[in-house]
Amino acid sequence: MQVRVQEAGFDLGAQSDAFAAGCSGAGAIVTFTGVVRDAEGGGLVAMEIEHYPGMTQKALEKIAAEAEARWSLADVLVIHRYGRLKPGARIMMVATAARHRRDAFEAAEYMMDYLKSRAPFWKKEILQDGASEWVSAKADDEDALTRW
Amino acid sequence: MDIVYFAWVRERIGLAREEVETSAATVADLVTELSGREERYAAAFADLSALRVALDQELSDFDAPLAGVREVAFFPPMTGG
Repeated sequence: MQVRVQEAGFDLGAQSDAFAAGCSGAGAIVTFTGVVRDAEGGGLVAMEIEHYPGMTQKALEKIAAEAEARWSLADVLVIHRYGRLKPGARIMMVATAARHRRDAFEAAEYMMDYLKSRAPFWKKEILQDGASEWVSAKADDEDALTRW
Repeated sequence: MDIVYFAWVRERIGLAREEVETSAATVADLVTELSGREERYAAAFADLSALRVALDQELSDFDAPLAGVREVAFFPPMTGG
């Protein structure tokens, strides 16, 4: 399991290649990348991501460990950034490696569902007119956990 | 005990962290105590359904006991990913 919480950006290709290189027995690798989306109606200047330093790493490791317990996985990678990010910037990535794709897909989706509502990050949209707004959690995100 | 606040809870209270002396038995008791201090606390804690709490960096509940807890965190529902 590899879990990294960082302010710096990351190279998706390099991370995917390094992850795959460490999972030689795996026949399936799934990667998901989260990107800063523009505000509804446009005008997003930046997304500020705050986190709880003492808790974030542990919370992500717990989610990854649960995925490893539930699916047959060769390895799991989570990278999640914090700080001020521009529209289009990568926020985070999840990668899962398994012998077969079903495990890799399901584990990646499980981790994303849990990351949304159980990892201590908060996003604030900074808009062109100087206004800012905290992104509120969606009821759908909480509901998504019930299917697991 | 240390209390930490995140996101709009931090902004509304105007503090990221503070140390408090309390004899509150549960998180809910602590919330009542803090809310009684000043309007900014009362405003932040007005709707508990909009808040989450972590005790020593683990998600918890408002009826959880505080015995032995070193750090309490209050924040809005998380928006990771």
